[in-house]
Amino acid sequence: MIKTLAVHIKGFVKESVATPLFMILEVLMEMLIPLLMKSMIDNGIENPSGADMGHVLFMGGLMVLCALLALLGGAMGGVFGAKASAGFARNLRFAMFENIQTFSFANIDKFSTAGLVTRMTTDVTNLQNAYQMILRICFRAPISLIVAMTITLMINARLASIYLIAVAFLSVVLFFLIRKTHKYFTQVFEKYDELNASVQENVSSIRVVKAFVRENHEISKFERATLNLYILFLKAEKMMVSVSPLMMITIYASIIGISWFGANMIVGGELSKGELTSMLTYCMNILMNLMMIAFIFVMLTMSFASGRRVAQVLNEKATIANPENPDCDVPNGSIDFENVVFSYSEKSERPVLNNINLHIKSGETIGIIGGTGSSKTSLVNLIGRLYDVNEGCVKVGGKDVRGYDLEVLRDKVSVVLQKNVLFSGTILDNLRWGNENATEEECIRACKLACADDFIQDFPEGYHTKIEQGGTNVSGGQKQRICIARALLKKPLILILDDSTSAVDTATDAKIRRAFAEEIPDTTKLIISQRVSSVENADRIVVMDNGEINAVGTHDELMESCAIYREIYIAQTVGNGDFDKKGEM
Amino acid sequence: MPAPVPGRRRGPQPRAKIDDPKKSMKTFKRLLGLILKRYKVHMIFVLLCIIISVLASVQGTLFIQTLFDDYISPMVEQVAAGQSADFSPLLFAIGRVAVFYLIGAAATYTQSRIMIYVTQGTMRDLRNDIFRHMESLPIKYFDTHAHGDIMSVYTNDVDTMRQMISQSMTQVFNSAITIVAVLVSMFSLSVPLTLLSLGMVAVMMFVSKTLAGKSGKYFVAQQTDLGKENGYIEEMMNGQKVVKVFNHEKKSVEEFNELNEKLFQSSYNANMFANIIMPVNGQLGNLSYVICAIAGSLLAITCGGIPVLSLSLGSLVSFLTFNKSFTMPINQVSQQFNSIVMALAGAERIFDLLDEKSEEDNGYVTLVNAEYRDGKLTEAESRTGLWAWKHVHQATGEVEYKELRGDLVMDDVDFGYTDDKMVLHNVDIYARPGQKIAFVGSTGAGKTTITNLINRFYDIQDGKIRYDGINVNKIKKADLRRSLGIVLQETNLFSDTIMENIRYGRLDATDEEVIAAAKLANADSFIRQLPDGYNTVIKADGGNLSQGQRQMLAIARAAVADPPALILDEATSSIDTRTEKMVQESMDKLMKGRTTFVIAHRLSTVKNSDCIIVLEHGRIIERGTHDQLLEQKGKYYQLYTGKAS
Repeated sequence: MIKTLAVHIKGFVKESVATPLFMILEVLMEMLIPLLMKSMIDNGIENPSGADMGHVLFMGGLMVLCALLALLGGAMGGVFGAKASAGFARNLRFAMFENIQTFSFANIDKFSTAGLVTRMTTDVTNLQNAYQMILRICFRAPISLIVAMTITLMINARLASIYLIAVAFLSVVLFFLIRKTHKYFTQVFEKYDELNASVQENVSSIRVVKAFVRENHEISKFERATLNLYILFLKAEKMMVSVSPLMMITIYASIIGISWFGANMIVGGELSKGELTSMLTYCMNILMNLMMIAFIFVMLTMSFASGRRVAQVLNEKATIANPENPDCDVPNGSIDFENVVFSYSEKSERPVLNNINLHIKSGETIGIIGGTGSSKTSLVNLIGRLYDVNEGCVKVGGKDVRGYDLEVLRDKVSVVLQKNVLFSGTILDNLRWGNENATEEECIRACKLACADDFIQDFPEGYHTKIEQGGTNVSGGQKQRICIARALLKKPLILILDDSTSAVDTATDAKIRRAFAEEIPDTTKLIISQRVSSVENADRIVVMDNGEINAVGTHDELMESCAIYREIYIAQTVGNGDFDKKGEM
Repeated sequence: MPAPVPGRRRGPQPRAKIDDPKKSMKTFKRLLGLILKRYKVHMIFVLLCIIISVLASVQGTLFIQTLFDDYISPMVEQVAAGQSADFSPLLFAIGRVAVFYLIGAAATYTQSRIMIYVTQGTMRDLRNDIFRHMESLPIKYFDTHAHGDIMSVYTNDVDTMRQMISQSMTQVFNSAITIVAVLVSMFSLSVPLTLLSLGMVAVMMFVSKTLAGKSGKYFVAQQTDLGKENGYIEEMMNGQKVVKVFNHEKKSVEEFNELNEKLFQSSYNANMFANIIMPVNGQLGNLSYVICAIAGSLLAITCGGIPVLSLSLGSLVSFLTFNKSFTMPINQVSQQFNSIVMALAGAERIFDLLDEKSEEDNGYVTLVNAEYRDGKLTEAESRTGLWAWKHVHQATGEVEYKELRGDLVMDDVDFGYTDDKMVLHNVDIYARPGQKIAFVGSTGAGKTTITNLINRFYDIQDGKIRYDGINVNKIKKADLRRSLGIVLQETNLFSDTIMENIRYGRLDATDEEVIAAAKLANADSFIRQLPDGYNTVIKADGGNLSQGQRQMLAIARAAVADPPALILDEATSSIDTRTEKMVQESMDKLMKGRTTFVIAHRLSTVKNSDCIIVLEHGRIIERGTHDQLLEQKGKYYQLYTGKAS
C-alpha cells in the first residue's frame, strides 16, 4: 500500500526532502535559544559582578539571529510542506480518476459511486494531512526529543534519569490508550457511515417518507442511530481525555522530582543553579514532544484506512484492455455469437448466458424480447465488448471483438443503455458526446430521427437549454429520446437500444422505429423491449429465456412455434397490453 | 417527472463566505446560544475548572522562581556556615505545590470530561435538529437542492463543529484566562516592560490576523474547489458506463485535470499560510523575549531607585519567564483560528438549513377510525376498516364526522412549480368513490404533476381540491396522505429487511399481514426464493433486486397500508410481461373499491377506467370513457391508433 501511494510523490520530491530539512533547522535553532537565554541570565543579568550589558546585547543578538534562522526553517518548511502534500493529493486524485477511466464495466460494478467519491475526496484529504504531518512533524518531534534528552543527560545523568522514567511511563500508558481508543474510533467511523447512508436514503426517498407520513418513524430511527453514535463517541473520547491530565501529572511529578533531588544535589555541591534551571526548561520540551509523537501515531493509524481504500482503486487493474496490435477497421455491421458462455463472476454457478449461437447480418433489424433476468442486456453488452465472454467468441464484421481497438469498436457499436444518464451542460453539449464535431444541423437531424426535436424546440432556449446534473429537468421519455439522438450522432454500424423507449409513448416509439427504417437502413439495429409492439416488425425476433436463446424468427413464425412469445403477445393484446399497442397499424 | 424548475442550483453550492464579520459574529452567537441553552451549568463548571487549572500552573511557575531564592540559597548558606541543611521548608513547599498540581490535574480532567458531554451532546442535538427539520421541509426543497449539498451538511459541516467546540473553545478560554493571570503578574513586576510586551503582542496579533485572513480566504476557496471537484466526480462516476460507451475517457480526464489543478493551488495556498503562522508567531515571541531582556537590563542598570521604572535583577528573571508564558497562549489561539473559521462557515450552512421554512400545515380536519353505532357515525377506538373525517368546527366547537369515501374533485386548478411559470391550467377532475381515473398524454404533459397536488406535495396557485367535499387545505397533511396510497415510478426502498420495507406502509401490520400483502403483489414467491426470505436485507436502493422485484415490493408496501384512495404512477415497462400480468391482477384487486388515480401506460388500465383524462401542455384536452374518446377521434384516438388525425 505504502509503495503504491509513495509513487505519487513524483514531481514533489524536492519539496518532500526540503521540508524535513528545514524543520530540523527550525528545531535545532529552537533548542539553541534556551541555552542562549540561560547564558544571558547567568552571565549577563545575574552576573555576580553586576549586570553585563555587553553580554546581554551579544546574547540578544545571537538569539535574534537564531530566531531568524528558526523562522526561515519553520516558514520554508511550512511552504514546502504545504506544496508537497497538496501536490501529493493532486497526484493521487488524478491517478485515481485516470485509472477509473480505464475501468471496464466489470470494474465499475465493483465500486459504488458514493464509495469512489469518498475515496477521491475525504480519503485523499486525510492522506494529504497525514503526509504533511509526516514531513513537518515526524522528523521534528523525535529529533527535538533526542536532542533535549541528550542535553539533559550531559548536564546531569542522574537527574535526567527522572525524565527517562517519565518518558518510559508515558510511552507505555499512551501505547495502551491508543490501542484501545483506536478500536473505539474504528467503530465510531463505521457507525458514521451508517448514519450518513440513512440520511442519504431519506433525502432520495423523501417522497415515499412523506407519502406514507413516516417522518416521525424516520426521525426516531435517526435518533436511535445518533444516540448509538453518541454513546460510542463518549466511550472513545473518555479514553482520549485521560491523556491530558496524565500528561500534566507526569510533567508536574517530573518538576517536583527535579526540584527536590536538584535541591539536594545543589546542597551537596554536585549541581549548579544554572544547571538546575536548564533541566527544568527542557522538562516541557521533552514531554511535549513525546505527546506529539503519540499524536502523530494516532493520526497515521487513522489515515491507514484511507490509504488502503485509495490504494485499492489505484491497484484495480482494468479487466478489459486494448489488444497489442489492435485492428482499427470494422468492415460491416454483422454480428456473430459463437458458442458464447458468459457470467459476471467466476464464482457463480450458473452462467448468465449459456451456449449462445446467433448470426446477424449487417443492416438487419433484430428485436430481443424476454422476461426480467433472461439476460437480454448481458447479451448485447458483449457486442461492444463492455464485458468479455468466458467461452466462445463474439464477432463484429466477421472478426473477434477482442482484436479490435476498443475506441474504434465502441464508435461503431452505439449502445443506448438501459440506465442512461445525461450530463450537466446544454442539450447540444450532451448530443456532441456522440460526435464532438457535429454541427448544429447534424444534431437537429439526429434529434428529428429520435423524435426529440419537437419538444426541444418547445423549450424556451431550444437546443441551448441547460440540463441539470443527472438530467432531472427533463422527463424520462424526453431523456431517453435525447440519449437515442446522442447515440445516432456516432453514425454507428450497429445501434443497440436497450429498453430505451420504455418511457416514450407507443405512438412516438413507432415513429422513431419508422424513421430508423427509412433513414438508416444500413445500420444493424438491435432493439430490446418489453413491448411486443416495439419488436414485432423487426426482421427477426430473438426470444430470450433464462440466459439462453429460446427461439429466433419473424413475428408470424414465432406466433406459430414459440410458446413464450405467444404468451407474451396474448398477454399484451388481449385487454392487458400497453396502452395503444397498435402503434404501427 | 418534475417539470423544469428554474433557478435550481447546479452542483455543490458555493461555500459560505467569511468576509462578512457581522454575519460570522451572529452565527457564532447563535451557536454559543445553542450550546448554552442546554449546557449552561456544564459550561460554568468548565470555566471554573479552567480557572483552577490555570491558577495551579501559574502557582507552579511561581514556585520554581522562588525555588532558589527562598529555599535552595538558604540551605546552601546553612551548609556553608557548617550547619546541616534544613530541608523541611522545601519539603513543605513541595508538598503544597504537589497538592496544587493535583488539584490542577483533576480540574483539567473534569473539564475535559464535561466537555465530551457538551461536544458530543451538542453534535447529537444538532444532527437530530437538522434531521427533524429536514423531514419537515416541503418536497420543493428536495426538488430544488442538490442532494449532495444536503448530505454535506451532515458530514462536513457538523464535523467541523466537533473540533471547534471541544478544542478551539476551551483553548480560547484557557488562553484568555492564562493571559489575564500572567498579565496581572507581569504588571506587578514591571509596568514599562509589560507595556513593551503588550506592544509585541499587538504586532503578533496583527501578523496572525493578516496571515490567518489570507489562509482563511484560501481555505474557503479550497472548500469551494473541493465541492466543485466532488460534484464533477459524482456526475462522472454516475455516468461512467456512458463515458465508456462514448469513448469519452480522455475528455473527462482533461476536464477533471483542470478542476484538480485549481484545487491544488487553493489547497497549497491555504496550507501554506496556515503553516507559516506558527513559526512567525513563535519567533516573534522569542524576539519579544530578547527585547524585554535588553530593555530590562538597561532599566535595572540605569534606573535603580526611580519608582515604576526600577527593577531588580531577580524580578527581571521572573518577568522574562512570564513573558514566555504570555506569548505562548496567543500563539495557541492563532493556531485555532482556521478551525474556527471553517466551523463558522459550517455553522452558517447548518443554520441556513434550519432556517428553511417547514412545510405549512393549517389543516384541522383529522382522519379517525370510525364505526356506525345506532346508525350514527362515531369515532372508534381501534381499527375498524371504516374511516371518517373528524371536522371540529372552529367557531362552535361542534364535532362532525364524515365518512371517508374517496370522493375527489379538482376545481379549476392552476399550478406552477414557480409562480411565473404555470404548468397546469384550468384543470377540472371529478372522481367519485371507487372510480378509476386514468391520465394519459405525452411525456411532460403534466400527468405526474397532478398526482403531486392531490397529496399536497405542492400547493396549487389557484382553484380548489376537495376530498369528500372538504377542501384539502383544511385536512391535516399527515391524515390526507395517510388516506392516499402511493406507488411511484422510482421505488425507493430502504436498507432494511424486506419484511420491514413492506411494513413501511403500516407500521403496526403483523408479519401475516405483510406476507398477505406480498402475496397480493405476487412478490411472495420470489421473496421466498431469496436465501433469507423475508429477512433478506435490501442493500442501498435495492441493488440486489431487479427493477421488477423492487416494483412489486413497492406495490406490496402500498397494499399493506390498505388506503381508501390510490395514486399509481404505472411503471410497468421494466416488469416482464409474465410478471406484469400477475401484478396486473393484484393491482386490480387492490384498486377494487378504491378511488384510483393512475398515470396509465397499459391498455387494460386505460380501457377499464371510469374516466380517461387526456392531458397536453398542462391542459385537459379530452375526457371520457374509452369508447367515447375513440368516437371523438381526437388526441386519444391518435395516441391509441398511432394515426395522425
